[in-house]
Amino acid sequence: MSANTLSPEMLHPDHAQHPDHGGEDNALFGFWVYLMTDCILFASLFATYAVMRHNYAGGPTGKDLFDLRYVFIETMFLLFSSFSNGFAMLSMHRRSRSATLKWLLLTALLGLGFVGMEVREFTHLVMEGNGPDRSGFLSAFFGLVGTHGTHVSIGLIWMGVMMWQLYFKGVTPAITSRLLRLSLFWHFLDIIWIVVFTVVYLMGVL
Amino acid sequence: MQVHPAHGSSTAHGSYRGNTTGFILSLLLTLASFAMVMSGKIPASLTLAVIVTLAVLQIIAQMHFFLHLDNSPAQRWNVMILIYTLIIIVFLVVGTLWIMYNTGIRMMPMPH
Repeated sequence: MSANTLSPEMLHPDHAQHPDHGGEDNALFGFWVYLMTDCILFASLFATYAVMRHNYAGGPTGKDLFDLRYVFIETMFLLFSSFSNGFAMLSMHRRSRSATLKWLLLTALLGLGFVGMEVREFTHLVMEGNGPDRSGFLSAFFGLVGTHGTHVSIGLIWMGVMMWQLYFKGVTPAITSRLLRLSLFWHFLDIIWIVVFTVVYLMGVL
Repeated sequence: MQVHPAHGSSTAHGSYRGNTTGFILSLLLTLASFAMVMSGKIPASLTLAVIVTLAVLQIIAQMHFFLHLDNSPAQRWNVMILIYTLIIIVFLVVGTLWIMYNTGIRMMPMPH
């Protein structure tokens, strides 16, 4: 990793047209390290949830609250958005601005559908008096699922900013580098969701 | 097709085929998990074991096809830090459950 202190042009004269090149690889590695620390954040929330999952305090259980059909559609929104994000990256590597923008827009709309469904679910729960203050189980539930939803929402803002930059500046090396990190973030959130729907929703109704 | 041919590392670009394969695998694994729980006909302990296995398989599928993690030299450091993180997660989750389970047992009202 110390290679970034050396000028890339000196090491690879033929790469002079990509002067920020070694930096880009390091940035992606650094972002990967951040995602791994985020994994630990989620792991502690999962551990909390696992401890609290039967502490209903006389309130409703997962079986009473979770609608698996609803969660399945939510899951599909996120999975399709991960798929369409993959196509956005492939279009980006072909250097097609319009195709990348279209795929990113689709990705963002699918992500928005996911967040919308989650907000609706949370609103229903709170309105019926089953908010995070109802029981230890529900505190842990809102903490875990809400943290994931917050990540997805931040990803959506990031995606909006990147679409704006892409629209005005095109597929530049700097934008390519940012989009690669956004893509990593987005796929990562879909992977976390696999654990959420398995541990929280599916095990919750078992 | 690759913008930066000399630097595969963490930016390995994947392909249409890889992206689609990953998607279809994820879709099938998700469908299987939900169908098994929603049918409600299979014993809970068996269902539990199967859905955990399906989740692990889907995580591996997405890491391979979407994140392009593999055992190539270019991916070595990414995979290393992933393994290190997994070890921390095991300590964190197993440790928490162990301690809290014991605490729970000790604080349980004694049956008469």
